[in-house]
Amino acid sequence: MEELLQVKELRKTFQLTAKQQKLENTKEKVKVAVDGLSFTAYKGEVFGLLGPNGAGKTTTLRMLATLIKPDSGDAILDGASIVSQPEIVRSKIGFLTSELKLEDFFTPNYQYDFFSGLYGVDPQIAAARKKELFERFGIDKFAEVKYGNLSTGMKQKVSLVVSLVHDPDVVIFDEPTNGLDVLTAKVVTDFLLDLKSRGKSIIVSTHIFSLIEKVCDRVGIVIAGKMVECGTLGEICGEKTLEDRFFEIYEEKVGRIDE
Amino acid sequence: MNNIITIIKKELARFFGDRRLVFTTIIMPGLLIYLMYSLMGEGMMKQMTTPKDYVSKIYAYNMPAEMKDLFAPVKAEWTTWDGNASDKDRVLKEIADGEMDLLVCFPDNFLETVQTYQNSDGSAPQVELYYSSEKSNSLTAYNQINAMLDAWEEQMTNKFDVNRAEGRFGDYDQASETGMIGKLLSGLLPMLIMTFIFSGCSGVAPESIAGEKERGTIATLLVTPVKRSALALGKVISLSIIALMAGVSSFIGTILSLPKMMGDEVDINIVSYDMSDYLLLFAVIISTVFVIVSIISIISANSKSVKEATTMMAPFMIAIMLVSILPMLGVDVGGKAAYAIPLFNSVKTMSGIFGFSTNLPMAIMTIGVNVVATCVLVVVLTKMFDSENVMFGK
Ligand SMILES: Nc1ncnc2c1ncn2[C@@H]1O[C@H](COP(=O)(O)OP(=O)(O)OP(=O)(O)O)[C@@H](O)[C@H]1O
Ligand SMILES: [Mg+2]
Repeated sequence: MEELLQVKELRKTFQLTAKQQKLENTKEKVKVAVDGLSFTAYKGEVFGLLGPNGAGKTTTLRMLATLIKPDSGDAILDGASIVSQPEIVRSKIGFLTSELKLEDFFTPNYQYDFFSGLYGVDPQIAAARKKELFERFGIDKFAEVKYGNLSTGMKQKVSLVVSLVHDPDVVIFDEPTNGLDVLTAKVVTDFLLDLKSRGKSIIVSTHIFSLIEKVCDRVGIVIAGKMVECGTLGEICGEKTLEDRFFEIYEEKVGRIDE
Repeated sequence: MNNIITIIKKELARFFGDRRLVFTTIIMPGLLIYLMYSLMGEGMMKQMTTPKDYVSKIYAYNMPAEMKDLFAPVKAEWTTWDGNASDKDRVLKEIADGEMDLLVCFPDNFLETVQTYQNSDGSAPQVELYYSSEKSNSLTAYNQINAMLDAWEEQMTNKFDVNRAEGRFGDYDQASETGMIGKLLSGLLPMLIMTFIFSGCSGVAPESIAGEKERGTIATLLVTPVKRSALALGKVISLSIIALMAGVSSFIGTILSLPKMMGDEVDINIVSYDMSDYLLLFAVIISTVFVIVSIISIISANSKSVKEATTMMAPFMIAIMLVSILPMLGVDVGGKAAYAIPLFNSVKTMSGIFGFSTNLPMAIMTIGVNVVATCVLVVVLTKMFDSENVMFGK
């Protein structure tokens, strides 16, 4: 299989403010969010980052999407370095996360055209793609309603569609089904599988086992900023369920959960 | 380049799509200024002047008949008062209340005493004028009568006159009317223009930059392959367009209300600047808008919220006010070196243009300095958009 992404010894620390120190109940001035993380993902597969709250999943994906820079280490995405060639990386990926908001004032229609323009998509191709995606997600009926007036689920769908205006080959998705009702969550999972069937490479982060089992080819388990286990579901789990195997690994690395 | 235009279009669509925003930022300032200055001007005129055909109401006590001829040019209705001491309070109160304008009291045997009076005799006979300086009608009457008495007194001891009749070389006062207006405008307008530009910009920049940070929409832009410099330029240019429109609106409001504010004494139509002055002025204003917008953008980018941005802008506003007031005080601070300081140079150059003393090399230097300053500031803003500490920090 052809390599898509090589993550090499990524490290990211955050300076904590006095307030954050109090909240986290620590005297340390810096928080190590990602601690020398490495893994490889291949073209055409769905790679899942699995980990508990605060493991460093979001921080890792934000670095891959070039929103923030690593303290050290690098990642090569389809030949481009996230450190030295961030603009190329940005043009190759679509990043989906609840952190990215759209302006309430504009309609889905306007937002789509605006971002298409920024990504330099040919207007004719953009129009055809917009029609198809809007129909598929039922946005067409709300195309001229201001984003701020849409329901939460519809907002999620618009965000998803807008971050894929340029039909990227690589999709990075942080917590794809977080906060969605079962119906919307299913639409999103189905869409992920559809993207995969069209040969796209996908990297998702989640703490939901069932989502990993449903869509992922390979999984990396992240605990406290480190990659502790990485491989296909079969390699990691053997005969056990992912859930059981995860708790085993967790107790092995961190200690008993109820301690 | 394409991306800069896309961003400008979006910013303008956002602004013009919001009718309330357009009204409060562009239409209201001009309208308010026009109404305010017009009312202020009219109020001021009413207070300061007495209508031309006003007939003063004057009490005369002990006035010789000859004096009446002297006062004939004053449009007045004279009432003789017998000087009854018990009546004194009423008379003075009428003046205080504005029912009467003036009380003129002559000493006994006034004319004879004056004729025979020699400097060495000691105290001269005294004419007393009771008036109220609060009331413009009373003040006018006082000034008129006082001036006539003065003139009459001078005439009695006349040895020579200064500037009495028509001069052989024409008018005595060499100040031209345009020069006077120029002086007035060169003090006032730069300050007004700076204020308008600032307020136009401060209405939209915090929303557009700190607001996008606060709402998390800036991150969505930052994951696109748009260059940070395109983002910075797009924001600065679109905000400048809006600030300029707000400035123009306020400017029109001011120009329309100026005649009312200054009254009949100044004929505003006399003010005629050359086309080249207007062009230069426009170029200076645009370069100034760019500098102010860039600075406010940087302040906004450094703030977490719209509220914080608005607060942080206060010191900058005070600095602008201080700099803009200098020409009004008539002080020339810094000489030529001051033209190297952005914004300060704008004020000086605008003041020069309005005062009919355009200094072309200095004006060009002003524009150049402002353009360079804008470039530096846009680079700073670009760096800020690229910094995760600035965009996501704190
Ligand atoms: N900007 C920041 N400043 C300080 N600490 C941060 C910052 N961002 C993340 N962290 C800390 O880094 C650690 C990793 O956070 P991250 O959001 O990457 O975890 P996660 O795996 O995505 O968790 P979750 O499942 O809760 O989303 C956490 O302890 C978090 O508090
Ligand atoms: Mg997360």
